[in-house]
Amino acid sequence: MRLKITHRTEYSYDAPVSYALQRFRLSPRSDRTQTIHSWSLTVEGAREEVRFDDQYGNDTRLVSAENGQETIKVTASGEVETLETNGVTGPHRGFAPLWLFQNETALTAAGPEIVDLAERVGEGNELDRLHRLMGLVREKVAYETGSTDSATTAEQALAQGRGVCQDHTHVFLAAARHLGFPARYVSGYLKLDEADEQAASHAWAEAHVDMLGWVAFDCSNGISPDERYVRLAIGRDYREAMPVSGIRHGAAQERLAVHITVEQ
Amino acid sequence: MAFDEMRLDESGLREPYRGYDRWFRQQDPLRLTEKMQDAERVFRKTGITFAVYGEEEASERLIPFDIVPRIISGSEWRKLTQGIEQRVQALNAFLDDIYHRQEILRAGRVPKDIIARNEAFLPEMIGVRPPAGVYTHIIGTDIVRTGENEFFVLEDNARTPSGVSYMLENRETMMQLFPELFRQVKVMPVENYPQLLRQSLSAVKPASCEGVPTVAVLTPGIFNSAYFEHAFLADQMGVELVEGQDLRVVDGHVAMRTTEGYKQIDVLYRRLDDAFLDPLTFLPDSVLGVAGIMDVYRAGNITIANAPGTGIADDKAIYSYMPEIIEFYTGRKAVLGNVPTWRCSEPDSLKYVLEHLHELVVKEVHGSGGYGMLVGPAASRKEREDFARKLSARPSNYIAQPTLSLSTCPILTKSGLAPRHVDLRPFVLVSDRIRIVPGGLTRVALKEGSLVVNSSQGGGTKDTWVLDD
Repeated sequence: MRLKITHRTEYSYDAPVSYALQRFRLSPRSDRTQTIHSWSLTVEGAREEVRFDDQYGNDTRLVSAENGQETIKVTASGEVETLETNGVTGPHRGFAPLWLFQNETALTAAGPEIVDLAERVGEGNELDRLHRLMGLVREKVAYETGSTDSATTAEQALAQGRGVCQDHTHVFLAAARHLGFPARYVSGYLKLDEADEQAASHAWAEAHVDMLGWVAFDCSNGISPDERYVRLAIGRDYREAMPVSGIRHGAAQERLAVHITVEQ
Repeated sequence: MAFDEMRLDESGLREPYRGYDRWFRQQDPLRLTEKMQDAERVFRKTGITFAVYGEEEASERLIPFDIVPRIISGSEWRKLTQGIEQRVQALNAFLDDIYHRQEILRAGRVPKDIIARNEAFLPEMIGVRPPAGVYTHIIGTDIVRTGENEFFVLEDNARTPSGVSYMLENRETMMQLFPELFRQVKVMPVENYPQLLRQSLSAVKPASCEGVPTVAVLTPGIFNSAYFEHAFLADQMGVELVEGQDLRVVDGHVAMRTTEGYKQIDVLYRRLDDAFLDPLTFLPDSVLGVAGIMDVYRAGNITIANAPGTGIADDKAIYSYMPEIIEFYTGRKAVLGNVPTWRCSEPDSLKYVLEHLHELVVKEVHGSGGYGMLVGPAASRKEREDFARKLSARPSNYIAQPTLSLSTCPILTKSGLAPRHVDLRPFVLVSDRIRIVPGGLTRVALKEGSLVVNSSQGGGTKDTWVLDD
């Protein structure tokens, strides 16, 4: 499927900032599931300082806001050809060892609720267990925007039974790791059937299975990702895979507006 | 009886001390006592103090200095340096491997869990290969001696070792107090350490840096216990001493604020722990570090010395595998041995350690400075019982070692020379080559019979001589 993506992020400050840094993981890479035909990342109101591959191979850019700036506009756009791989992303690559993805992080620490959820998965082959886990996450955590924020942990989201795709993914990762699976967070885009416009990027999980390698699970939609999905960045949790993050000096308050279109 | 470095008893003076002994016998004891007080005044004037953590009043104390030097012969030193060189090569090869292919884990020579479960492993370092392949540039190898030819490495301080300013000040003080002594005994110089440090740091400048690199020392600030040393080294090297608030990312580099605007830094000798280094990457609340420095680092635009994540090499649980690590990367047996170590994470070892607490030294895996350790033979029954509870609750947090009979070296007391236990920390600089300054920091337990030499626990220091023989 050929997808045309535009991802605009606009930061506005209520007072001019003296200094701000933004880190972008907004450039997808070609892999087994997708080929990037064209991609550009443009920034207004800030300039690129460095670009590098992070420890997971994500194309990462650091930009700094120029003094006195009141808005920063970032536009990532391009065309991606995706393949239907039945959710299989393929063998593990890179220097980050598989065991790293078995370690819990602050956002995905397994508390009693996660342990309880993981224990309900029961026996079976690896794929069946992961699919059952996906079903359980979907059942236990209702999709509700505004019910959580970016610092909500997997345990908290599960305990309150509400969350968004980030929380679903964290709960899945926490439980999968508790069961011994290497698991990772994927930030990306999803072509919706009903609309081209979206207010946020998507997130889902991948777990490593012996014979297949990485296999993806989208708990929010209860499916393994297909050709409507575009992978943007990976990490052990949201904090490591987030498309945009930053830090700023001064008292200015930041407002963030995100506008995404994914069209066929 | 512990091995005495000088050996004043009937068994006869050891060779390295012959020249010193000749001089010492000609001295008026009263004059030496006065010199001891002079030394203290010199230190007070230069301002060498250190803060002791955990004391009621955050006090600044003077580390006691003893005027009797610790003397090492040229041939003893050559053997030590061979062992140390081999060790730091292995440490750097290990770090490169751990942050890339992890061959040593694949080969099963070091258990995977000891890395996988280790907080000192820094994922942000995965795939980073710094200039000249050097991760740990400045190392302080703690060495103890138990006999004529018995030297052991007690710790590899591969993160941010401190103490080198004492080595330099001790020598300067000795030369001021006893200029004639240095004419009678030929001692190898240590004074050029700051120049060597600067050369060494400059030699690992980023590949993209053309011309003479700008070096700076990053300090957490005046409240740090080693602030004096940070300021001293920057001053001696002739480079800027900076704090996080002076730095920011400018034009793809880390730059420091100067009166003429921002100036690019190529090599940063940081004396700040990893966790505080970059609030954008590590602890978000850190005001001591530089936001984005890890991005600049991964992009290859700055050298950070020591590299982030080097703690994985000097962790005390890793230490116990150093003989295997050295053999794996150098293909030879370790020249300098390890002290036998029980890993309390292993049930059999834990059982042994709990049953023999009265004869062992137990340390925290991530501890340093003598904090949180138990010296079994010196502890009371209650202290041992309390410690046993802590140990049983978190076994993997501890290692244990036999109480070594550390060598002694005389100190000057009111009643003349008296033996006290010592250790030795030579300072190693790694760049495109390895430089070891002939000397180091000798720490001495001032209390009779005590084996704890840490300055935070009442230890003192001595000038350390390597003879030019």
